[in-house]
Amino acid sequence: MTDSAAPVLAAELIRWEWVGRHLDDIRDALVQHVELTGLALLFGLLLAFPLALSAVQWPRLYGPILGVTGVLFTIPSLALFILLIPFTGLQIQTALIGLTIYTLLILVRNIVEGLRGVDNDVREAAQAMGYTRARQLFQVELPLALPVIIAGVRIATVTTIGLVTVTALIGWGGLGQLFIEGFTLNFSTPIVVGIVLSALLAFTADLLLVGLQHRLTPWARSGGG
Amino acid sequence: MTVINQVVTWLTDPAQWSGPDGIPVRTLQHLYYSLLATAIAAAIALPIGVFIGHTGRGALIAVNLTNLGRAIPTLGIIILVFTLAGFGIVPVLVALVALAVPPIVTNSYIGVRSVDRDVREAAEGMGMRGRQVLWQVELPVAMPLIMAGIRTSAVQVVATATLAAFVGLGGLGRYLIDGLSQRDLAQVVGGAILVAVLALLTELVLGRVQALVVSPGVAGRGADAAVRAKVEKAA
Repeated sequence: MTDSAAPVLAAELIRWEWVGRHLDDIRDALVQHVELTGLALLFGLLLAFPLALSAVQWPRLYGPILGVTGVLFTIPSLALFILLIPFTGLQIQTALIGLTIYTLLILVRNIVEGLRGVDNDVREAAQAMGYTRARQLFQVELPLALPVIIAGVRIATVTTIGLVTVTALIGWGGLGQLFIEGFTLNFSTPIVVGIVLSALLAFTADLLLVGLQHRLTPWARSGGG
Repeated sequence: MTVINQVVTWLTDPAQWSGPDGIPVRTLQHLYYSLLATAIAAAIALPIGVFIGHTGRGALIAVNLTNLGRAIPTLGIIILVFTLAGFGIVPVLVALVALAVPPIVTNSYIGVRSVDRDVREAAEGMGMRGRQVLWQVELPVAMPLIMAGIRTSAVQVVATATLAAFVGLGGLGRYLIDGLSQRDLAQVVGGAILVAVLALLTELVLGRVQALVVSPGVAGRGADAAVRAKVEKAA
């Protein structure tokens, strides 16, 4: 692309006066996007921890849990959302349940892998020091598993932010609503705004989580991982 | 339960299995978009990933590309290219290729990069040149990871090709989009089941292909686990 073509293409892709007139709509879409992502992650974490802990406690469950979650993950997102419609209609639950299921798959795997990665010597040392099972879990194993768990939360967050746009097809969608609007109007500006903002949202969330991990795991900093 | 009955009726109706809107035609269309997109993506991504792995240049990009790729909303790309280029296969291909490139780059990079130093040096010690090392040593050893990347991308592409129907193309997504607008639940659920089955079959078939193209000497290195561990560490 030559220097002169770039501004022309940019002008064709985005009309700033439209953006100016629709700041409220854009903000509402962004807020809905953040809400859907946040709620899905919250529910995902609440469900993933008990599942992952039982998989660690009873290793026999690990295979089946991973198998089921793996199969669920191959189901196309749109198909999953639509499959839920008979049960929950076009309400927000449909979007939320679908999004939560996807986060669950990523989170369970990472929590289990994180906990299993804890060095056995560390575990035995905790036992020798008289730690109860619960105290050992919360004060030794979970903190050590944190980097892998947060890696999972990062993947789940970025994936969910992308998936939220698909829920536009079942009446939600956050920034994905802007895609549908652009499609109906055959007008690229809302689509570009939606793509750029959802990508920015994903990067911002990812950076915040990296920062969080940095703060929560000071001992891992010198590791260079 | 009535929903299940309706879906079974829809799936087993002979009329559903013939003609231009029939399940076989829709499935072939779906596979055509998916295969084309995955092939183009592999043609772009493999040389890049292998080059970065072989030379070590641009490693940071290669490692983070998969995560960046997740941030791209595929539906948005399809609709955007549709408004710019109009009706046709181009919008869908652009979006699906963009979806499929990152995992293949990242995995082929990690695959080539993680070839044991000793193995590489042994090859050089035997008098192999850079290109010979690449083709005869690094690529065969990296094959499990390279195939894992292609598999990941292909499954995602099959699942996401559903969205092609939104911009007027065919494929199994038609049943979902049409059923949704006609409020025809049986069609929607039937279509969703078909796509899910096709995605699972893709995973299984490519698993078999992987078993065929991976040299027995390097098979069973737990490719998926290795990729996961490395990607997570690097991310």
